[in-house]
Amino acid sequence: MMLARTASYLYWIGRYMERAEFTARLVEATVRLDALSARPAGEGAWASALSVASAKEDYEATGESITPSNVANYLTLSESNSNSIRNCLYNARMNARAVRTALTREGWESINRAWLALRDRSATGGAQSTINLVDELKAEIRGFEGAMHRMLRQDKHWMLRLGAAIERADNTARLIDVKYHLILPEGEEIGGVIDRDQWGTILQTVSANTAFRWLYRDGLSPGRVVEMLTLRRELPRSLACCVEEVTEILDEIGQETGFQGEADRMARLRHKRLTGTKVGDIIRGGLHEFLQAFITENRLLSQAISRQFRFD
Amino acid sequence: MAAKFFDEIWGYSRGRKPRPGFEEIAHWIRSTPKKEMRRRQDSAEAAFRQLGITFNVYGEDEEAERIIPFDIVPRVFAADEWARLSEGLEQRVNALNAFLVDVYNDRKILADGVVPSDLVLGNPGFTPAVNGIRPPHGVFAHIAGIDMVRTGPDEFYVLEDNARTPSGVSYMLENREAMLRLCPELFEMFEVEPVDRYTDALREMMQSVAPESAPKDPVCVILTPGHFNSAFYEHSFLADNLGIELVEAADLIVDDDIVWMRTIGGRKRVDVIYRRIDDDFLDPLVFRPDSMLGVPGLMAAYFAGNVTIINAPGGGIADDKAIYSYMPEIVKYYTGEEAKLPNVETWRCREPDALKYVLENMADLVVKKVDGSGGYGMLVGPSATSEEVDEFKKAVKANPNGYIAQPTLALSTVPTLGEKGVKGRHVDFRPFVLSGANGVETVKGGLTRVALREGSLVVNSSQGGGTKDSLVLRPPRDQKQSQSQDGRSQSQSQAKGGS
Amino acid sequence: MRLDIEHVTHYAFTEPQRRLVQLLRATPSSFAAQHVVDWHIDVDCDARIRPGRDGYGNHYTMLYVDGPVEAIELTVSGEVLTDNRHGMIEDANEPLPPPVFLRSTGLSQADDAIRSFARDVENAESDPLKRMHLLMERLLNEIRFEPTLDAVERDAATAFAANRGVCQDHAHIFCAAARAIGTPARYISGHLFRRDGATEQEASHAWAEAWLEDLGWVGFDPANGISPDDAYVRIACGLDYREAAPVAGRRLGGGDERMRVDVRVTEAHMQHQQ
Repeated sequence: MMLARTASYLYWIGRYMERAEFTARLVEATVRLDALSARPAGEGAWASALSVASAKEDYEATGESITPSNVANYLTLSESNSNSIRNCLYNARMNARAVRTALTREGWESINRAWLALRDRSATGGAQSTINLVDELKAEIRGFEGAMHRMLRQDKHWMLRLGAAIERADNTARLIDVKYHLILPEGEEIGGVIDRDQWGTILQTVSANTAFRWLYRDGLSPGRVVEMLTLRRELPRSLACCVEEVTEILDEIGQETGFQGEADRMARLRHKRLTGTKVGDIIRGGLHEFLQAFITENRLLSQAISRQFRFD
Repeated sequence: MAAKFFDEIWGYSRGRKPRPGFEEIAHWIRSTPKKEMRRRQDSAEAAFRQLGITFNVYGEDEEAERIIPFDIVPRVFAADEWARLSEGLEQRVNALNAFLVDVYNDRKILADGVVPSDLVLGNPGFTPAVNGIRPPHGVFAHIAGIDMVRTGPDEFYVLEDNARTPSGVSYMLENREAMLRLCPELFEMFEVEPVDRYTDALREMMQSVAPESAPKDPVCVILTPGHFNSAFYEHSFLADNLGIELVEAADLIVDDDIVWMRTIGGRKRVDVIYRRIDDDFLDPLVFRPDSMLGVPGLMAAYFAGNVTIINAPGGGIADDKAIYSYMPEIVKYYTGEEAKLPNVETWRCREPDALKYVLENMADLVVKKVDGSGGYGMLVGPSATSEEVDEFKKAVKANPNGYIAQPTLALSTVPTLGEKGVKGRHVDFRPFVLSGANGVETVKGGLTRVALREGSLVVNSSQGGGTKDSLVLRPPRDQKQSQSQDGRSQSQSQAKGGS
Repeated sequence: MRLDIEHVTHYAFTEPQRRLVQLLRATPSSFAAQHVVDWHIDVDCDARIRPGRDGYGNHYTMLYVDGPVEAIELTVSGEVLTDNRHGMIEDANEPLPPPVFLRSTGLSQADDAIRSFARDVENAESDPLKRMHLLMERLLNEIRFEPTLDAVERDAATAFAANRGVCQDHAHIFCAAARAIGTPARYISGHLFRRDGATEQEASHAWAEAWLEDLGWVGFDPANGISPDDAYVRIACGLDYREAAPVAGRRLGGGDERMRVDVRVTEAHMQHQQ
């Protein structure tokens, strides 16, 4: 049975690596949106990226103006942004160093390489070099994901994936919440005229452009995007998929430890509830309210996980 | 003209004629292009860096993870050399353990006047807190690192004993891995004793010394101060290779005089702890109260016989260099035999005659603090400035009990790859000796440290030393076996030897 | 004398604690000058208690408590028959030879001032026993006993320079000075029956013992200027306070702790008469 401290470190490696990847995708999609938008629409694109990354207030506190390179730097390389890719990778690496024996050599080396790729960079540069950097990081992080999937399917593997799944659920929920506000200002009906560029950004951030076309052959509509990102369990980054994965992973761990607890109960309850939900219910009850409740529940679940596995 | 120093390949011949039995390795050194050697050495070092076999130098920040330089030219021990060496090591480690049990219990050796009482009882390495303890099977120093030097074909000397937590074994194992990959021809040329026996031997030893109350398959762990420690790589390497948990103090709790580790499934009982933290930091209730690394209650669990601590607390007394000077008497006292491995001649500054001699001849001597290690607190007279010598004279005069002195030894050299090709560089040697319920075992190999600078006698990694693989050759097969050996490989190796 | 002792330690925490581990040195051993008739350790909450004996021969008790704990009260009580042997320690369990007690520790380290003070004593008196008495008397006169002073861990040199201290400072300085002139000395913790009628005390007591070739270990109480008599109950010895202290503990949990100690030492027959 794995040490509680090891479990805690692995869980957070999973979260930080997932957060780093999400942020990389967000930056990539924002560069694209910025390029497509008429001036000065670009500023809105970067402001919303900050919101999705929950970094708006902290960014404003720095007093920097919102320009593409400022924000791209802040999200990727900044040392003062605790959720920048740099800090995510730094934290993931420090955790990984402390639990080296729990990771495969390949797993450790991919984290170490991702960190080394970024450690000495001080500025992202223009759009093209930002894309290059993001591509490089995405490749390294994918390397880690590959290594993670090749680990022995034991408690250590599941703990990494549990962190990743919890983090992914949180990221997707925030992405939909922010973008929906932006795309559909108060009072406007879902199902109205559609801003293809904005929608493209969302789908790109969760790497679901192609998936959308496969799942929905009738074309883009806000209702369908919401449905896909919340309820379609086929899409790896949808809330439904994350929720299901968390439940399954907790099950796997429970089979090894031989007991179940508060986290299992919360996860199962959430899974059951979401399975019975229709997109119409969500929209009638208010998408924003739904997503806020989801984010809160996800946070409480993460806390229950820390308690159940004695992280501290 | 004979060479000033004994070279382990070339003897005193200055590179003209290898010692008997070392013709093939000499040929390998001669015939392997230096560029190729350099390439292999770089490749080994790159692998070490990627693996993170690093150590942190004290006082540098965490980013300054350094690797210890690796030298591609191995050191070779002939089978008969090794047989003599390991007999001596095992005798010495048996005596060390008997001494440790005695000084914490009956103190017969003090009563018999073999070692002065005050030297032991007043020694900072003597730990009153563990007085009266008899660890399972009478083993204190489960893992001993005995530092050796050589000055001639048959002249091996023990330089110091490490009975606390000797490190370096990961280098022994990783250096061999690198050599197997990079110089496979060497292992075709010779039959080399494997070193990977070490991890099995260590696991067997750990299980053998578990408390009586432990289950048949006792739970063993390695206790590390954490990933900021300079030897963290070795800690994680060992845990990985033994297949046991690497724990920090916060992972352990003591309840009801039993040690538990905190797992995601609740508490799991721990029977054997291979600790890589110093005595001072083991248990804040008994040792340093400000220690954040320790496990409160650990010593109570130890006293109650519910956990075995490897190496046992209190063993530091055996590392003391003044105690070291009595090792020949200690070996004789407990084993009834003359010591098979001699000590280096040692002047104990606590004795007035010795002090006088040391002060008069300091520039020719090596002066050491009795409780120093790692090459710190040491004066190498012949290479010191006169100011440094004066400084040391003052220190020795102020606290004669704190110092010993030894002659400057003509350390053997081993061919080593340097800027200007392969040249002899001075080496020392640390073999690892394991003691458990089933006796003493010396793994056939060890850590050879080499002073990379020309003429330097300081091999410590913190001061510019590197490491080499140490090959122990298998004994030549007897008649019957060699006859049944594959004829082709015989003729090949003959061809190589003769070309 | 027949002495009744009740030693209550009360801890209160500002936040509930998850775990407590404590090492108590609170149980006396019998020897010529004291006979332990009866002894108990009680805790006011669920706890696991394990006895043991340390390298110095002291009895100790390990106490393991699972949280949440907001307060805990330990009551150590018992009855001891004492005899006045003028500080002489006979028939005691002595697992360590006297030269061990020439070692110094952080708290009992002599500095130049203590060393020269000790040398003055050495030069003034040649008889070993009288010399220790002289050392005790000079300490009594020179180091003002201030019971209100915080009983924080102060080393001998600091207390000596300040010319004041509590009983543990006197004991540390005594040990440091005696060792400085080659006399093994050790720190003792225990209890004192106050003949002045002060039965309620806020702390346990501490003194020292020196080893004299002809007499063995002899106690000296430099805070009171006498060798222990039948008013003293000896609990634990060590090289300094830390090794003989009544309690060493660790807790898991945040916040601060407040500790209150109440010691009552009374004559047993007096209680019966009341």
